[in-house]
Amino acid sequence: MTKQIIIPFGPQHPVLPEPIHLDLVLEDEMVVEAIPSIGYIHRGFEKLVEKREFTEYVYVAERTCGICSFIHGLTYCQGIEEIMKVEVPERALYLRTIWSEYSRLHSHLLWLGLFADSFGFENLFMNAWRIRERILDVMEQTTGGRVIQGSCKIGGVRRDINGEKLAQMSKDLDSIQQELEELTNVFLRDASIKHRLKNVGVLSRDDAYSLGAAGPTARGSGVAIDLRKTGYAAYGKLNFQPAVESDGDCYARCMVRCRELFTSIDLIQQAIRKIPDGPTDVKVTGAPDGEYFTRSEQPRGELVHYLKGNGTKFLVRSRIRTPTLTNIPPLVKMLQGCELADVPVIVLSIDPCISCTER
Amino acid sequence: MAFFEMAKTALRTVLSRPATIRYPFEPAKKTLLTRGHVTIDESKCISCGTCQRKCPAQAILLNKEEKTWQIDRLRCVVCNSCIDTCPVKCLFMDTQYTAPVVSRGVDIITITYVKPVKAADKGEAQG
Amino acid sequence: MTTEEQLTTSIELGQLIGRVEKFKKEGYRLVQVNCTKIGEVYEINYSFDKDFVFRNLRITVTGETEVPSISGMYWGAFVYENEMHDLFGIQVKGMNIDFKGNFIRTSIRYPFGAAIPKGEQP
Ligand code: SF4
Ligand code: SF4
Repeated sequence: MTKQIIIPFGPQHPVLPEPIHLDLVLEDEMVVEAIPSIGYIHRGFEKLVEKREFTEYVYVAERTCGICSFIHGLTYCQGIEEIMKVEVPERALYLRTIWSEYSRLHSHLLWLGLFADSFGFENLFMNAWRIRERILDVMEQTTGGRVIQGSCKIGGVRRDINGEKLAQMSKDLDSIQQELEELTNVFLRDASIKHRLKNVGVLSRDDAYSLGAAGPTARGSGVAIDLRKTGYAAYGKLNFQPAVESDGDCYARCMVRCRELFTSIDLIQQAIRKIPDGPTDVKVTGAPDGEYFTRSEQPRGELVHYLKGNGTKFLVRSRIRTPTLTNIPPLVKMLQGCELADVPVIVLSIDPCISCTER
Repeated sequence: MAFFEMAKTALRTVLSRPATIRYPFEPAKKTLLTRGHVTIDESKCISCGTCQRKCPAQAILLNKEEKTWQIDRLRCVVCNSCIDTCPVKCLFMDTQYTAPVVSRGVDIITITYVKPVKAADKGEAQG
Repeated sequence: MTTEEQLTTSIELGQLIGRVEKFKKEGYRLVQVNCTKIGEVYEINYSFDKDFVFRNLRITVTGETEVPSISGMYWGAFVYENEMHDLFGIQVKGMNIDFKGNFIRTSIRYPFGAAIPKGEQP
C-alpha cells in the first residue's frame, strides 16, 4: 500500500478568492478522499431577520451574495408575497425576469473568466470580463447598482424601464450575442481547452441526482432540473429549454453554462417583446403569517428560501439554502480519484460561491 | 478540432483601446440612477425618524433635541430605503460615490427646518 | 402568482427513518434540511422534490433529543446535519462525515439555538 499524505487546499488559494478548505488525502498524485470544511466567513444573516422588519430584510437578503444578488431579493420577495397572498402586477414580473436573466449572464461570464483563469488562460479571462462589463453597465443604467441591484421589493419592483431603454437593450444584446459566440467558440472548440477539461471530474447521472446537485452541475450530468420550468416570475409565459449535457465532466459543465448564455439572451429578448404595460407595484399592508419554501433558479442552481412569519413585522425564521451548499457533496464525490493538479479546475467547475453558502 | 480559435480575438484586443478606465485619473463610470451617497435637504426634514427606523444598516441617527441628522457613511449600504420612505422627500441619492477615508466618522447635519407659524402655535399650546 | 403546492407532514421522531427511506425509494431527491427554533422546541424540516413536486417532513424535538442521521439514505445530507449541529446544537446520531462542531466555526457556540456566550465555553 502506498503511503497516504494529507494536503490542505485553501482557505487561501490563488485559484479561488473565497475561503473553502479541503483536506485532500493523497496516494501519490491521486486524491482518494476530500474533506471539505467551511465556516470562515459565517455572517449570521439568517439571525438578522429577527431584528429587521420584513420589508427591510429585502435589502439584507439581497446582500447575501455579491453575484446573484438580484435573485436572492426576488426569491425572498416571492416568498413573502406568497405568504401574504399579494398579486404582483404582470409588468413587474417581466421586469424581474429580465433582471434575473441579466444576473445570470453576468454571473456565467464571471465564471467563464475565472474558469479560464483556473486553467491558466488569462487572455480569455480578460475577454470574458470585458463582455461582462457591458452587462453590468445595463444593470447600473436600469437599477442604479452594478452588483447589488436593489430593485426588487415586496409587491413589485422599485424601478421601471421605459420602452426606449428596452429597445436599446434588445439592440445591445444582439451585438453582445455576436461577441459571446466568438468567446464560447474558444471555450468549446479550442483543442488545448478540450484536452484540459474532458474526462476531468466526472459525476455520473445517478450520483448527481442522489447527492442533490443543482444547476449547471446537475445539468452537466444529464439531470434536467431547472427551477425556471416551474414558471415563477414570468418564466411560465416564455418559451425555453434548459441546456442539458450528459458527460458529467468539467467540459460538459462549461458547455452547459455557455449554452445558457444564449438561452438567457433569448429569454430577455422574448420578455422585452412580450412585456405588458401597467403598474409595477402594489401596496402591501399587514404582516406575513405563515410559512413558505420559495424556490428559484440561480446561476449556480436551485435556491431555497424558507420563510416563517408569525403575524408580526419580524419574521421568525429565514433560511437560505444556496446552491453551493448542496453542490458540496457532489464536489467531494468528483474529487475522489482525480489528480492533484486537477483539483483547482474541478473545484471551480461547480462555480462555488462560499460567501453566499455561509450567509 | 480547432486551433487558433483565440487568435482573432487576441489580435483584436491588441489593436483596440483598453477596456478599463484609468481610475482615479479618469472619473469612474456613472449613470443617472447610480446610487452614490445619501444627501439631505436640511431645510425640509421634519425630524420624524422614519429614515432611522427603516434603515437596514442602522446608519442614520436622528437627534430630536439637538435637531441633528447624522449618517455613518461607512455603515450605510446605499440601499435607497430611507429615500423611498421619507414622508417629505427631503432625502436624495447623489450619483457621486463617497471619497475614501482613513478613519471612521459620522457626518452631522443640523436640521434648519422651522415649523410653519400656525403649526408652531398649536405645538406651544399643547406643550 | 405561481403557488406551488407544498405538502408538509408532521411525523414522530421514530418514523423519520422509515419515511425518508420511502422517499428515497420513490426517487425523490433531498432538497434541504432546516431547523427553526420556536420557543423552547426545534422544528426540523426535511424537504424532498421529484419532478418539481415538493414534499416536506417535519419533526419537532427538544434541544436534548438525539436525531438520527439520514445520511445513510442521502449521502449528501451531512452538510445540513453538521450545519444543524453547529448552529442550533442539535445532536445528530450516526452522520457519515461528522465534523464534531467544526463544519461552521462560530465565535459563539450554537448561535441560533441556546447560544453559549464566548466566556462560558468549555
Ligand atoms: S441608503 Fe440605506 S443604508 Fe444608507 S442610510 Fe439610507 S436606508 Fe440606511
Ligand atoms: S429625513 Fe425624512 S424620514 Fe428622515 S427624519 Fe427627516 S423627514 Fe423624517
